[in-house]
Amino acid sequence: MSIGHTLLGLLESGPRHGYDLKRAFDEHFGHDRPLHYGQVYSTMSRLLKNGLVEVDAVETGAGPERKRYAITDAGVTDVAQWLARPEKPEPYLQSTLYTKVVLALMTGRNAAELLDTQRAEHLRLMRGLTERKRGGDLADQLICDHALFHLDADLRWLELTAARLDKLAETVAA
Amino acid sequence: MTPPGALIEASALRKAYGPTPALDGADFSIHPGEVVAVMGPSGSGKSTLLHCLAGIIGPDSGTIRYDGRDLTVLRDGERSALRRAEFGFVFQFGQLVPELTCAENVALPLRLNGVRRTEAERQAQEWLERLEVDEVAGKRPGEVSGGQGQRVAVARALVSRPRVVFADEPTGALDSLNGERVMDLLTDAARASGTAVVLVTHEARVAAYSDREVVVRDGVAREVAAAA
Amino acid sequence: MSAYGTGRRASWVRDLAMGVRFAAGGGREGWIRTALTALGVGLGVVLLLGAASVPHIMENRQQRSDARLPAGSSAQPAPSARTLVVTATDTTYRGDHISGLTLRPDGPAPARPPGVAEVPGPGEMVVSPALKDLLGSPEGALLRERLPFKTVGTIGAPGLRGPGELVYYAGRTAFPAGHTGDRITGFGQNTGTDPMPPLLVLLIIVACVVLLMPVAIFIATAVRFGGERRDRRLAALRLVGADSAMARRMAAGEALFGALCGLALGGALFLALRQLAGLVTVWDINAFPADVTPVPALAALVLTAVPVLAVAVTFVALRGVAIEPLGVVRNAEGRRRRLWWRLPLPFAGAALLLLSGGPQADGTLPHTNWITGGAVLFLIGITVLLPWLVEAAVARLRGGPVPWQLATRRLQLSSGAAVRAVSGITVAVAGAIALQLFFAAVQGEFVWSTGQDSGRAQLDVSLPAKDVATLRRMTGEFRATQGVRGVIATINGTAYGPGSQRDEGHIPTTPVTVGDCAALRELAHTGPCRAGDVFVAKEGSGMVVGADAGSSARPGARVVFHIDAATGEPAGRTRPWTVPESAREVRSRPDPMGRPDFGIFATPGALDPAALADPSARALIRVDPRVPDAAEHVRNTAARLDPMADVHALQDFSRDSQFASVRTGLLVGSTVTLALIAASMLVSTLEQLRERRRLLSVLMAFGTRRATLAWSVLWQTAVPVALGLALSVVGGIGLGIVLLRLVGRPVLTWSVIWPPVAAGAALVVLVTALSLPPLWRMMRPDGLRTE
Repeated sequence: MSIGHTLLGLLESGPRHGYDLKRAFDEHFGHDRPLHYGQVYSTMSRLLKNGLVEVDAVETGAGPERKRYAITDAGVTDVAQWLARPEKPEPYLQSTLYTKVVLALMTGRNAAELLDTQRAEHLRLMRGLTERKRGGDLADQLICDHALFHLDADLRWLELTAARLDKLAETVAA
Repeated sequence: MTPPGALIEASALRKAYGPTPALDGADFSIHPGEVVAVMGPSGSGKSTLLHCLAGIIGPDSGTIRYDGRDLTVLRDGERSALRRAEFGFVFQFGQLVPELTCAENVALPLRLNGVRRTEAERQAQEWLERLEVDEVAGKRPGEVSGGQGQRVAVARALVSRPRVVFADEPTGALDSLNGERVMDLLTDAARASGTAVVLVTHEARVAAYSDREVVVRDGVAREVAAAA
Repeated sequence: MSAYGTGRRASWVRDLAMGVRFAAGGGREGWIRTALTALGVGLGVVLLLGAASVPHIMENRQQRSDARLPAGSSAQPAPSARTLVVTATDTTYRGDHISGLTLRPDGPAPARPPGVAEVPGPGEMVVSPALKDLLGSPEGALLRERLPFKTVGTIGAPGLRGPGELVYYAGRTAFPAGHTGDRITGFGQNTGTDPMPPLLVLLIIVACVVLLMPVAIFIATAVRFGGERRDRRLAALRLVGADSAMARRMAAGEALFGALCGLALGGALFLALRQLAGLVTVWDINAFPADVTPVPALAALVLTAVPVLAVAVTFVALRGVAIEPLGVVRNAEGRRRRLWWRLPLPFAGAALLLLSGGPQADGTLPHTNWITGGAVLFLIGITVLLPWLVEAAVARLRGGPVPWQLATRRLQLSSGAAVRAVSGITVAVAGAIALQLFFAAVQGEFVWSTGQDSGRAQLDVSLPAKDVATLRRMTGEFRATQGVRGVIATINGTAYGPGSQRDEGHIPTTPVTVGDCAALRELAHTGPCRAGDVFVAKEGSGMVVGADAGSSARPGARVVFHIDAATGEPAGRTRPWTVPESAREVRSRPDPMGRPDFGIFATPGALDPAALADPSARALIRVDPRVPDAAEHVRNTAARLDPMADVHALQDFSRDSQFASVRTGLLVGSTVTLALIAASMLVSTLEQLRERRRLLSVLMAFGTRRATLAWSVLWQTAVPVALGLALSVVGGIGLGIVLLRLVGRPVLTWSVIWPPVAAGAALVVLVTALSLPPLWRMMRPDGLRTE
């Protein structure tokens, strides 16, 4: 999962302090693994260097330095490309997929489209596996089945999530 | 945009049941020998699309060309004759005539086309063997397992050597193993005989037997090209 | 043990009640099924209650009929204040019989006929309400001419056999010449019922069995309308823990509820319909609503038998069916139906019939119970043979065209419902065939040729004419009547040999007929005839003793027309008359009434009818069949000439009216029964189609032609019906032979077999035709939609 793209995506809805970013990340995606401050700052400095974010304002005072980051146009493009790019189907992909779905919704993008793209990619791989299975021996079949079932589970989970979040988005929008 | 040489080519199909639109401008095409999965959530209009393509129901508007003929202008009797002669069907359940034996069920499409009984039952027997269910030939559908019954149904869909088989959730009532067997046999047999298959399913593992997929959402069919 | 018993009873009641609740609370579809059952059972119950009322209807009619019979005429009573002189003046109007009685009271306080408030005075009449309506309507215009009385009152129900009866009592001061009437003291006789011939009683018993058994079977079919779908719902109950026996009891409870609704509906329909009893006339019988009251014992039998039947039928129907938690499993192969216990039943029935001995030489019919039992057993035997026959016959059917294959395979898998519907036909047709065979064999005793030739004349009127002038006038009046094409008018008297009884010990007599040449030609082969001719007609058949007439009826014979009845000597004022030597001897021919005439035939120029003693005149009238109401005009003319004239319509055949009514009754009953059976077959076909809605849609997707499925529906109905009809022909002939043997007339008339068979075939076509529109509807693709 790309922390950089996720933080960029979070910035797309408006400039935030590093601390806010951490809190937002933890709230949406970091249920079992909260982000360290260090990870946030090192990531942000990499993004700054690549021109994907800029420092919007600096507040001085007690405590740590408080920089407020904003996303650049290049950053928005980068997020869009990332969201549109299907993930290489593999087991335990859901955290990335989930992040993508939530971000798509948060940024007003179409989750169904993302899902369709991802499904096409999954199916491409599944076709290959199915083909291999049909020609292969028992061991091949078992291995392919294992992969197929996991991919299938990913897709189903993704579909369910998309359906739920679509509904959620509707209620939010309403 | 449909590539040339399509066997079935449908565009801008609209069909409403009462106030609810089931199809809302759907496009579709399939080439000879191609296996196309029609996917989408429940209620998206998958089955309605299949029924329209097969000429079972007429769309409210839009065109369907089959092999150069416009299906929407054919009369009911002509469409029936077309389905008898050139199409095969597999449904989820409730499709075998319960009082006929499996062999007689398979022979039914041939007999409806006027093939003599002995000849029809001989060909039915061949197809049952090909689908590895020849041992149930003399049994009634109520006496065979779901997987066997579905294979009998596949045999029946293929026995008249149709140019297109329409399969609506053919594995919906089966477990994984039986479902896979049915899909293996169906797609193998279809590819071997150059039969196109329109496969309505909501399962990715079933759709994985197809050459490409079409997604129906809110009555609109879209083709999503996979990133190469 | 007793605790177990109570527990069992309690669970029965609980489960049946639960079933009743399901039937009542089954939503719209549940209600439709219950309504169908209720309607079917209700119709059956109406018929049964109606049949149970027949004894009352007949009894009450008979009682009221007896109560108005003139009493005391045989005792020759002396005139008193109470007595009256009456004569029957019945007439016929457009085929309806009108009972009329003309009254002339002797004193101031004459006896009143029942239902009449006051004896009508001279020139007045009281009429039944139906007659009043008829006279008041435009249709009654011609009848008003015939009954020139002033209507002063109506006859009440006690004086009528039924509300539709046409009756009048008319008052007169004097009777026309030639009519004396009978002096009576009052009304009401206990005639006792005219005992029916035992042959007819036998017929009626068998007819009742034949007509009511299909009704019972129909009720049995109706309680299972939609039963197969209901059973499926019970599977859900198995899932939540009901055991198999409980499920069956609940199914029975559902059927029970439908049957109870049917009883209520039937009862209500019966009460409503009997109000209409007076409007309907069956076999010349109509009844007051109060007459249509079931015999209590029979009504009680209906009330208890229907619910019991409902429960019993359900259990029998569920025998081969297992209601499992996950659905209803029909025992496809199941138990094969056995022949061994079915076959003996009809034979036992036949044996019972034969053992009853039939009608005895002394005109009684002992052992009517045996006859009833035997007929019931025989027909039940036929009914229970049918399922075996259908199963055995269908099991052998293989191949054939697709519709045939679909139909036969379907029957092989489950023929129960089809057989239930058909068994009604089988009994009805078997019974009808047996009865028709019986009718054909015995009808000679009830129907005979009258010898009348309605081609030569249609009406026969006796006239009060005594002389040629009156005769001519009356003949002229008839000729002038609308629609009359010809009148054969004659005056008849008697001629006696003047030699009196010295020689032979009795007086030689011969009939004398005076009429014009046209009339005489109708009675004898006169050859050329001119006014003034006389003929001596010989009756060629030898039916009449010619030798006796010969002495007085020959050319040159001297005869007298008046003799003293006591001495046989010519009476005072008579002058002998000589048959002219020129009289030709001719052969007579039967008149249009079929009576042979013979004797002296004279034209009025040769013999003045005034010379005849106590002459009578009659006219045979030919009417134009194209003129409507010609006969009514003739009757009116006759009534004008003589208010008490008897007008008789000629009929080529006469049949015993009781026999005729039994036969009509049978026809009406069979029609109603067949209609009921058609209804039940239609319902079971539709049920079955509805159950297969999805399959029909799939077949439609495959491109199956409509005709293919239509034919399969036809075959599916036709095969069991054909088997049922075959069985009923065999059974009907068997029962017919037994019945004929019983009455000793083993003659079979094969042609009577075909009408019932044709009716059965028509039924198949009708049911198929009526099930096609729903079939088309169910072949729509809607059944494919799962979403």
